[in-house]
Amino acid sequence: MKTTDIKLKTSLLALVIATTLLSGCGDDVVVVPEPTPPVVVMQTFTVTVTNLTANQPMSPVVLASHSADAMLWQAGETASLAIEKMAEGGDTADIAALEVITSSVNGTGMLMPGMSETLTLTLAEADVANISLATMLVNTNDAFTGINSVNIAGMAVDMPTMMHYMAYDAGTEANTEAKGSMPGPADGGEGFNTARDDVDFVHIHPGVISQYDGLTDSVLMPSHRFDNPVLAVTIMRTE
Amino acid sequence: MKRSLVNASLLAAGLFSLSTQAADIEVSVTNLTHGNHFTPLLIAAHTRDSHLSHVGEMATPALQKMAEGGDIADLNTAVIGANGITSTNPAMGLLAAGASINDVMLDTGDNTHLSIVAMVLPTNDAFIGLDSWKIPTEAGTYTVYVNAYDAGTEANDEIINGGGMPGVAGIPAAPSGDGGSNGTGVMDGADNMYVHTHPGVLGDTDPVGGASDLDSRIHRWLNPVAKVVVTVK
Repeated sequence: MKTTDIKLKTSLLALVIATTLLSGCGDDVVVVPEPTPPVVVMQTFTVTVTNLTANQPMSPVVLASHSADAMLWQAGETASLAIEKMAEGGDTADIAALEVITSSVNGTGMLMPGMSETLTLTLAEADVANISLATMLVNTNDAFTGINSVNIAGMAVDMPTMMHYMAYDAGTEANTEAKGSMPGPADGGEGFNTARDDVDFVHIHPGVISQYDGLTDSVLMPSHRFDNPVLAVTIMRTE
Repeated sequence: MKRSLVNASLLAAGLFSLSTQAADIEVSVTNLTHGNHFTPLLIAAHTRDSHLSHVGEMATPALQKMAEGGDIADLNTAVIGANGITSTNPAMGLLAAGASINDVMLDTGDNTHLSIVAMVLPTNDAFIGLDSWKIPTEAGTYTVYVNAYDAGTEANDEIINGGGMPGVAGIPAAPSGDGGSNGTGVMDGADNMYVHTHPGVLGDTDPVGGASDLDSRIHRWLNPVAKVVVTVK
């Protein structure tokens, strides 16, 4: 009973002080109406990628946002130079520099088999449309994987979407698996070169053959083979 | 109050699906393989209880004919007989690796499900199989990735000898002229007689001998082998 009384009194006191302060303000300050600055509402997304392969490190990923009609690659079509550079040598600089890309972030390093990495993308609400992600399977001639234009507009906060992705073949370099032709640790060979000596259209990668399965010039081993899917992705809007 | 709102929206949804049931759909198929052709496609809209192929079941003679030799005539007759709607051979022949056939129009009528088949060539009895996919009632564009199946009707000996008739061993042809010859045959006595996910081809790098007449650098694939885009009008 007593306690309640005191509480009541305290809050009454606070109310009185607040009222006094407010009316004091109103008396002394002339309020000039200012134009309301446009409120830029930001949305933040996390994209978590996991390398599902046995022994194919993935080059540092690039995560990019762009308009809904843009696609980084199209199965059956010729790969762009930016995709060729990424698929043959892991270099994503040209992808990030594409005119259609509104914003991009890079992975911190190689995404090793079994490992996961979470990337964060913060966009003005008006710019939220589609995202793409690309990374090379480095113990191959020109295998890559990633997200190809997925719409993230209208996602509710804390409602993750999970997807799996397959390995594509850029079709820009023959899958010789030969010594000196692949940049990954299994070979330590060449990355990008300008020659296009394969079918020259993007398709689903037919897989690594390896020296143990009849490709005598191959420096790849059975553990470098892979099957789909090769990448797990979780997209979540966090705010 | 709440309750009647729910009922109203359910009713609206019901009317909506009714009005779009006789849908015009547009189908595109892309060959995602590195170096295999698809034989003439059969694109079929049919009722829920029809199947052109069904994993875990034995292939029908009509399916066997398609999977071993690319002949879709009997499957087409079966679909038409069950009041289905089909598009036969929209690509006007083979669909090469990387190639697409776009804008195949189907007025589905009362048919609610979509199936697509074609033989993967050169193989013994591999085929692409979209099996009874429910056509969405809501207008929009839908992408489906399709795997390669083994009809289970012919041993995968990987010998190119012109054998395309049902029950005749061997592969009809390698359309790009990139097959080998004089292969001794890939034999392991496997006897799965049911439609199953294709284990893939082996191939080798010897064009005039070895076990296989297929080329491991050209004719192998990983799933998916086809991309199907359906636009519901």
